[in-house]
Amino acid sequence: MHPVRKQRLIIVLFILVGTSLAVALASFALRENINLFYSPADIVAGKAPVDAQIRAGGMVLEGSVKRDTDSLRVEFVVTDYAANVSVVYTGILPDLFDEGQGVVASGRLDQHGVFQASEVLAKHDENYMPPEVMEALEKSKQAAKTAEI
Amino acid sequence: MIPEYGHFALILALCLAILQSVVPVWGVYKNDRYFMSLSRSLALGQFVFVAIAFAVLTYLFLQDDFSVKVVASHSNTLLPNIYKFSAVWGNHEGSLVLWILILAAWSLAVAIYSRELPLDMVARVLSVMGMISIGFLLFSLLTSNPFERHLPNTPLEGSDLNPLLQDPGLIVHPPMLYIGYVGFSVAFAFAVAALSSGRLDAAWARWSRPWTNVAWGFLTLGIALGSWWAYYELGWGGWWFWDPVENASFMPWLMGAGLVHSLAVTEKRGVFKSWTVLLAIFSFSLSLLGTFMVRSGVLTSVHSFAADPERGVFILAFLALVIGSSLTLYAFRAPTVASRSHYSLWSREMLLLINNIVFLAATLTVLFGTLFPLIMDALNLGKYSVGPPYFNAVFVPLMAIMTVFMGFAPSANWKKTRADKLKMQLAVAAGASVLVGLTLPFFYGAEYNIWAALAVCFASWLIMTLFLDMRNKLRNAQSISAGLSRLSRSYYGMVIAHLGFAFTIIGVCLVSQYSVERDLRMEPGDKVELAGYSFQFDGSRAIQGPNYSGQEGVIQVHQAGELIAVLYPQKRRYHAQQGQVMTEAAIDNGLMRDVYVAMGEPLGEEAWAIRLHYKPFVRWMWLGGLLIAFGSFLAAADKRYRLAAKEKAGVKDTVAEAV
Repeated sequence: MHPVRKQRLIIVLFILVGTSLAVALASFALRENINLFYSPADIVAGKAPVDAQIRAGGMVLEGSVKRDTDSLRVEFVVTDYAANVSVVYTGILPDLFDEGQGVVASGRLDQHGVFQASEVLAKHDENYMPPEVMEALEKSKQAAKTAEI
Repeated sequence: MIPEYGHFALILALCLAILQSVVPVWGVYKNDRYFMSLSRSLALGQFVFVAIAFAVLTYLFLQDDFSVKVVASHSNTLLPNIYKFSAVWGNHEGSLVLWILILAAWSLAVAIYSRELPLDMVARVLSVMGMISIGFLLFSLLTSNPFERHLPNTPLEGSDLNPLLQDPGLIVHPPMLYIGYVGFSVAFAFAVAALSSGRLDAAWARWSRPWTNVAWGFLTLGIALGSWWAYYELGWGGWWFWDPVENASFMPWLMGAGLVHSLAVTEKRGVFKSWTVLLAIFSFSLSLLGTFMVRSGVLTSVHSFAADPERGVFILAFLALVIGSSLTLYAFRAPTVASRSHYSLWSREMLLLINNIVFLAATLTVLFGTLFPLIMDALNLGKYSVGPPYFNAVFVPLMAIMTVFMGFAPSANWKKTRADKLKMQLAVAAGASVLVGLTLPFFYGAEYNIWAALAVCFASWLIMTLFLDMRNKLRNAQSISAGLSRLSRSYYGMVIAHLGFAFTIIGVCLVSQYSVERDLRMEPGDKVELAGYSFQFDGSRAIQGPNYSGQEGVIQVHQAGELIAVLYPQKRRYHAQQGQVMTEAAIDNGLMRDVYVAMGEPLGEEAWAIRLHYKPFVRWMWLGGLLIAFGSFLAAADKRYRLAAKEKAGVKDTVAEAV
């Protein structure tokens, strides 16, 4: 083969191998590691898979935060004002976690419909509302309106 | 009146930017040296007016002029002066002015340090930079005017800077990052200039290489600073989250790493030319994409100050224009520049090609993971999030592959490696590094950790091959010092940067594998053992800061019965911002380990939730980043770029044929 062509062929092969490797890695990694967001209404309606890594979020219901006295276990209720879901988390909550504020938790839903959170995220400042939570709230508001009619 | 002066200066800067982008190219077209040389003065003029606008904005912040919207919503009379200063870029509008200022500064730098360049090249480069500047000035003036007023009902007090941003690290992080980000515009401008003039040669690579190195070095510093800031300021001991906004700065870095290496091949061997141009275009496009993602509000994080669809559309349109037009130019011009040189499978060219492919693949996978949720959301296919497991699963193997080849690269020759003797030496180095890697975990940590072993293998492979190559280079020298002084700065730059990469590998992997972390409830007098350290909580006390008040925990850290540190983690409540709460971690740092303590929430009866971390080798990661940046700067300071300047000065400028 002509040396220039051979050289090009090698380069093309390298790029091909490189990109297919990347694609393979990416698709393999994606299979496990993307997680979908579910609103409390979705979860109560049984739309969310049990025991799979998902995210859930909404507003923390006023007066629902219960702390254990001798550990860091904390229980609270997340609501979109259409449905409520209990969340259990062990650890330190973020600075901006508060009752009546928006949160997003990632974790797994157990058989009893309790969300076992491995991570709880709150907003970054007082103006910001997690966009997923905002949308979930809008939806439940609309649902409430159509129900009234 | 003062804010209006600033606004006026910004408008004048826009006028000069328009002239800067049109007049020099007109000069090139008409072959008029006077118009071409105007580009330098116009760049200076633009810089002066942008600097005035920036100075005015800074003055407004320092004077607490709350009639200006940006100041009122991001500052406060109680805010310490140094943070009033950094608040200038702690908001959307101001950070754009900083961006424009840095772009103008880079243009000015090109205007000053381009004596060796043919005049038409200077004209083309500065005109491209003028065009970029127009885009950002328009963006600032039309959608995010920093000098907008609150008149007539001026608030008496400002609503303060986000407490997360009130930190020394955040004074330096954004400027560093921007210098890097925006610096790629120089590489981009050189690429476009070379494409449009049709002179895509080794000389072009030599001109654009030091600029790219400097920009990439700053970007490295910026990212390292950001990671360090996240580590001590966010209060949970993480240093990299694969957050979309971090990725926004990381993607240009990865692509830039490819570009820096590809430029080396183009300069030295004259090959990969069109590839290098493409990387330059991609690097800057990713910088712009990062700006779009951060500034448009499609992402939500501390970095994105405000969500405004109008702004998003503007940047997206600008992004499409820049990428579209540069790729079109590329499509028309690139095929005309073919390379003549040949190289074999075992050559430095090939190894650098592998480097490029790995960096490209890494950029693409990060890009994919970052954009996937946005695309799915835009298509209404659900709200996904792609987390660290994805990024780690794709990124770590790619870097591992690269590290293997990275060890060969310094000793490999251009064109064809004379292998026989080298093979033996490299085999010894490989064997030794495997041995070091496999045995080290026996002496460190309670359990044998295979990942730590692998990381140490890779890092020692890099270090050993670097020293092997250095030894081979010194073999014929009369004395070691004579040999060392003969090696070029760019060679030292490479060695230092690669060493830095080895340090980063060690830091990242060992801190991930050997970190010990515990969150627990502690009452005054409680004692806890963690990783050989004993932590004693002595209760908390009230503290009072300039614009916050809060609680401070007192924690004694003992090792083997001896007191090694007393740590004072804080929980602050800022007066403005509706009493936002902030965690301030306390760290006892060291080269081999950090001991990190943060307070969670009060649990009643003097008890607190306390977070304790033991982080071995965490500093190595940032130290590695510093070394990479330093190596990159050192390579840019190589003598040959200045020698080339002297040679060129003797030669009369060649005026290019008309486009």
